[in-house]
Amino acid sequence: MKVLALDFPPVSHLFEWPDFAFEGTHLAMNKTVLIYLFALVLTMWLFMSAGAKKSLVPRGVSHVAEGGINFVEDSIVMQTMGAEGKKYVPFLTTMFFFIFFSNIFEVIPFIQFPANARMAVPIAMALLVWVIYNFLGVKNQGFFGYLKNSLFPPGVPKALYLIVTPIEFFSVFIIRPLSLAIRLWANMVAGHLLLVTFAVLSATLWDSTYVGAVAPAAMLVIMTGFEILVSFLQAFIFTILTAVYMGGAIHPEH
Amino acid sequence: MLSLLATTFSILAQAVTDNTEGLKAIGAGLGYGLAAIGPGIGIGVVVAAAIDAMTRQPESAGTARTTMFLGIAFTEALALIGFVVFILLLP
Repeated sequence: MKVLALDFPPVSHLFEWPDFAFEGTHLAMNKTVLIYLFALVLTMWLFMSAGAKKSLVPRGVSHVAEGGINFVEDSIVMQTMGAEGKKYVPFLTTMFFFIFFSNIFEVIPFIQFPANARMAVPIAMALLVWVIYNFLGVKNQGFFGYLKNSLFPPGVPKALYLIVTPIEFFSVFIIRPLSLAIRLWANMVAGHLLLVTFAVLSATLWDSTYVGAVAPAAMLVIMTGFEILVSFLQAFIFTILTAVYMGGAIHPEH
Repeated sequence: MLSLLATTFSILAQAVTDNTEGLKAIGAGLGYGLAAIGPGIGIGVVVAAAIDAMTRQPESAGTARTTMFLGIAFTEALALIGFVVFILLLP
């Protein structure tokens, strides 16, 4: 695809990777799978090695793990679910670190691909969250109580339920998991496209005029910093929205 | 006369089929641009209100920040749906 006389690669070349192992089977491996496996191993290693060393003053890996757990507990769980959400801290912490690690490969040299820019794992995680908050809602409020609390919000005039109930049904049971997955995926796709655009621009201008590459290269550095922030923020937002949905299912609004 | 008409029609038909890709690209660009207006204004409103709350009451800045990120996430979803349409319409 030619954009402004630049040789911009087609979008599918940026996101689709060839299989290199078990081709043609359901277990086919490509770069995305490898990044996810690496993120999984990294998350497990972080907490298992931190848990193995029991010392009073945390150092090194333990320090990172404890900081992460404290962060999730203080600024996600306590703000949205309160003290009784503390038993969900392990689940939310694992989810936060897994999403963060698979996002951060966007800026790691020579890998430079955010695994969450493919839709499969974000939608799987969003469906998992959907199952969990519906299960919690049914468990804590009963099936009909949960339906009543989520479809008929209190404090609305009776006649308006004709409009409000269908909207609430769509937003609670369909839009929530979809928007959760799309938010993560689209942010990563947009970030990857942004970085690729400035990298292609820098390379092309370096080939023709050496001086012209200075501005796009500076922009590439700035955007790389910005993408580190985005990959942290998206992990944070995914986790906090999960906590909000779970909190809403445990405690209905009155 | 009839043949002229036929030629005109075939040219017109040709023009229509040839323009599809271009129209798609224009639609994708316009669609994303239009979808970004509302969320842009919305995120501005959210952040302005959050900064207002944080400066008035610095002790509750943590809660305000969390709520601000939630508000941004919900507002941003609309822009991201526009972005998805843009990706789907790309030739």
